[in-house]
Amino acid sequence: MALAKVKQSATQARLAGLTLPTSGWSEPARREALSRLTEMGLPDRRDEYWKFTRPDALTDAAAPHAAVLNADEAPIFDEIDRLRIVFVDGVFDPAVSDDLSQEGVTIERLAGISGSEIHWAKGLYGSLEARGQAPVQRPLAALNTAFATDGVVIRVTGTPSKPINLIYHHENESSDAILHHVIRVETGAVATILENGPAAARFNSCMEIDIADGGALHHVRAQGRDHERKTATHLFSRLGTESVFKSFTLTVNGVLTRNECVIELTGDDAVAHVAGACVGDGDFHHDDTVFITHDAVNCESRQVFKKVLRNGATGVFQGKILVQPGAQKTDGYQISQSLLLDDDSQFLAKPELEIYADDVACSHGSTSGAIDEEALFYLRSRGVPEDEATGLLTLAFLAEAVDEIEDETLADDMLARLQGWLARRR
Amino acid sequence: MLEIKNLHVELEEEDKKILKGVDLTVEPGKVHAIMGPNGSGKSTLSYVLSGRAGYEVTQGSAVMDGVDLLELEPEERAAAGLFLAFQYPVEIPGVGNMTFLRTAVNAQRKARGQDEMSAAEFLKVIRERAKSLKIDAEMLKRPVNVGFSGGEKKRNEILQMAMLEPRMCILDETDSGLDVDAMKLVADGVNALRDDGRGFLVITHYQRLLDHIKPDVVHIMADGRIVKSGGPELALEVEHNGYSDILSEVA
Repeated sequence: MALAKVKQSATQARLAGLTLPTSGWSEPARREALSRLTEMGLPDRRDEYWKFTRPDALTDAAAPHAAVLNADEAPIFDEIDRLRIVFVDGVFDPAVSDDLSQEGVTIERLAGISGSEIHWAKGLYGSLEARGQAPVQRPLAALNTAFATDGVVIRVTGTPSKPINLIYHHENESSDAILHHVIRVETGAVATILENGPAAARFNSCMEIDIADGGALHHVRAQGRDHERKTATHLFSRLGTESVFKSFTLTVNGVLTRNECVIELTGDDAVAHVAGACVGDGDFHHDDTVFITHDAVNCESRQVFKKVLRNGATGVFQGKILVQPGAQKTDGYQISQSLLLDDDSQFLAKPELEIYADDVACSHGSTSGAIDEEALFYLRSRGVPEDEATGLLTLAFLAEAVDEIEDETLADDMLARLQGWLARRR
Repeated sequence: MLEIKNLHVELEEEDKKILKGVDLTVEPGKVHAIMGPNGSGKSTLSYVLSGRAGYEVTQGSAVMDGVDLLELEPEERAAAGLFLAFQYPVEIPGVGNMTFLRTAVNAQRKARGQDEMSAAEFLKVIRERAKSLKIDAEMLKRPVNVGFSGGEKKRNEILQMAMLEPRMCILDETDSGLDVDAMKLVADGVNALRDDGRGFLVITHYQRLLDHIKPDVVHIMADGRIVKSGGPELALEVEHNGYSDILSEVA
């Protein structure tokens, strides 16, 4: 079907401002991504998966303006011994980054790999993104693959002792950053990837994660607190036999955040957990769009998303579990919940299950509610002031998502951070 | 200490009068018991005093230590020294029992202009008080009342009371759902808190709790009023003859 005129011209307008990097091994993949993108066109309001979220600010030719927040707090993950890789408005900053060499892992900059010769990531770059384009189109991810200016290419071969921390600073009020990361976790290898920071006025990020048999990747991400930033992220993950992928995202503030997560369980006995907690106020808009495909036997997937919304904030959840024929003994679980702190806020949820195997256990639930009045009175009757009691109950609500983080230190760090943020909004 | 005068209360949602002129004075160091049949307004009285939403006071007053309780927010009443042991303690998933108690203790101290209790000091005190109520470390770590048995919930209420050291304690049907051993444990906890400066209002349907927590004064409540007051023997009379004799006598 030919693209609608309006979509075609919007896409061309955006592409006019972008240059496809033409040297190096990634070029063929980038060209393929570009042709995928021109075929699909950039998303607009009429697209099925963009009904609840206006993509305009993510697709406009010029990056929208976003004020820089000078956070008066210690950087997140600061107390954790980690390998830091810093990008400022999407540009790698070697001065504040650590040495990239670490036992058990090879880390390279995407922009630093030259030549069109053989590189292990050559067949992987853009391939999971391409697989993730059906049945639901993700044009912003194709745009990312084609035009990413930098990123990291990580190959985990052992068990690196420190987490790898991608840190994104935002300093320029009209920066437009496109980063693409590729991670390959080899057989039996285990690593933790941390991401944090507002990144840019507009940030398009894509992470492709390929986990071989028995491998494990833990991903913990904190997005915030610059409120005016516009962010679109994609996680594409493919899991081999008995492999594990666990991802948690904390989002605070932000007028537009769209986090897509596309997971394929291709090997038996694999486990994939994705979770998210977000807190937003006023014109905050946060969208989690998740698609998990079970294509192997005895796999487990789990989606836990919690949103605290107030003063007219909007939360969106579109989560799908697709169980392919033959994916017997699938254990799929999905829960999305919002805590609405006033009548103006809204939560739009579209949970979907599509099952083609007969011996599976899949459940999903979605709720929207106010603070539990009984619990609030109980706390107040013990002397806890109303706003403090509300804060305590709000944190408790979010804690169920934070609990999905396996590492206790990281989970505690996230909770402490949340507590501080909730307190400062009062 | 607690002075209730001619208290009239209606439900906010529906046009229903629950309390129709309650008069009651609890002196420091005394234990007053309120007994009465179901629907007489006993629990409503406890909720109105602690500041639960949904009730409208149409007449009368409730004053504690010279302070008009009805003008205060629930947390202010607590900081002023009022405590209600709930008939149905509320489960709060995600909030650890210990965190909850420490937040409450320190919030009250802050409201009274006192220094917050340090984590170490708090831990020492709570361990000691939890032990006498047979509340183990595991129960302190768990979310507030979540997965607690009926008895554990009631013991947890008494632990909160012991930690908050209120001036005026209201126990709303604390004996409901308790077996004899659990009731004794709870009663021991309450008795340990009895002293000259503290008042108690024990609301109960049955006399048996009063075998363990010996009241100074017993009131019979019916249809939103206190219809008869007397000594501990009044509770025994209820036990032997039921409420109907007393009610027909005062009718």
